[in-house]
Amino acid sequence: MNKVFNNAIEATADIKNGATIMLGGFGLNGIPENCIAALVKHNVLDLTCISNNAGVDDFGLGLLLQTKQIKKMISSYVGENALFEKQLLSGELEVDLVPQGTLATSIQMAAMGIPAYFTPAGVGTEIAIGKEVREFDGKMYLMEKAIHADFAIVKAWKGDKAGNLVFRKATRNFSTSMAKAGNITIVEVEHLLEPGAIDPDEVDVAGVYVHRIFQGGNYQKRIERRTTKI
Amino acid sequence: MALDKFGIAKRIAKELKDGMYVNLGIGIPTLVANYIPQDITVVFQSENGILGMGPYPEEAAIDADLINAGKETVTVIPGGAFFDSAESFGMIRAGKIDLTVLGAMEVSEQGDIANWKIPGKMVKGMGGAMDLVASAKNIIVAMMHTNPKGESKLLPQCSLPLTGVGCVKRVVTELAVLSITPNGFQLLERAPGVTVEEIIAKTAGKLIVPEFVPEMDI
Repeated sequence: MNKVFNNAIEATADIKNGATIMLGGFGLNGIPENCIAALVKHNVLDLTCISNNAGVDDFGLGLLLQTKQIKKMISSYVGENALFEKQLLSGELEVDLVPQGTLATSIQMAAMGIPAYFTPAGVGTEIAIGKEVREFDGKMYLMEKAIHADFAIVKAWKGDKAGNLVFRKATRNFSTSMAKAGNITIVEVEHLLEPGAIDPDEVDVAGVYVHRIFQGGNYQKRIERRTTKI
Repeated sequence: MALDKFGIAKRIAKELKDGMYVNLGIGIPTLVANYIPQDITVVFQSENGILGMGPYPEEAAIDADLINAGKETVTVIPGGAFFDSAESFGMIRAGKIDLTVLGAMEVSEQGDIANWKIPGKMVKGMGGAMDLVASAKNIIVAMMHTNPKGESKLLPQCSLPLTGVGCVKRVVTELAVLSITPNGFQLLERAPGVTVEEIIAKTAGKLIVPEFVPEMDI
């Protein structure tokens, strides 16, 4: 069983028009930069992208918005990307805005084989329209369904050739859940290692979830707000 | 004299108690971290997966992998922890976070809050706000008393799309500290030098005014 690919272009080569893709990261933190660039190169169209944010105008998922490769976004916050907000308001882009916790949990539920669950987030608001509402112990909850995707594309700090992944600091965010939820999970790593180099105690995402892994490179790791001690 | 945003943050910091786990929203709420009383310890949770969020780093210590929910570079204090978003919102929904401070565009006299959408004009998304307001034991709103047009933001009913229903406990503005009761807003304190009359004039929702309204002690 060989999960190792040479690069992003090869690892994403079979993604077709109309695919649903989960992309890890929070803002520009921990995003799969190489795969996003590869998707632009492949010019795959009519994508449904599930990602907490939409990058910024000229980086991250913003690159796929610029080239109009995205038909629909499922996100919780798109405020950092003016182009996104413009395409949303003009109706050019279909957008499902989902509470961040609901988005993370729906993806996690897919990873856990659970089809639906109940959450208090959004009860009494416009996002509750059309959803089942149920009471448990005197409190109201909305039923939300698991979110699945054809592909989950994430970036990890370290990964071994068996697909085990280790994440660094705040880059876990949506990536750990997405890696476990994707029908096909593609991972780019900063350090690709031999099995045995990562201690089983250290593993954040076990190799069973990962189908394709490759050594990434040339990470820009852009910072949106470079705040320092005054 | 009405407070500025730092004054609002300073007053909210007085609500912090030793050992609290606290989530601070973007905007004015983040300033609360600058005014923690010296004699207590508070742990800040950042919804993107940090417990023990610390102050902004020195230039040399900036790490692109370590940002807060507002996408700013931060540090983590000794005893901190990292986890993923599913776990972060799990701990929020399970009530492990003692206090949430967030901004708002409107608050109603029943404690409804609107802070994520102005239809046709501003649709940035709700982020973690709906989860936070549906789950926190204690929610304090930090906001200006009126909007840029001078209209009251403390209303009988919210006109903007809601973030949450009946969830706000306390509001701190540049003019006042108010609580939400079954009978509407209750005026608890006024900013130093600000009159009760001004607060009444700028509050459109039902406002209960006790005989004596002390000044904020900040």
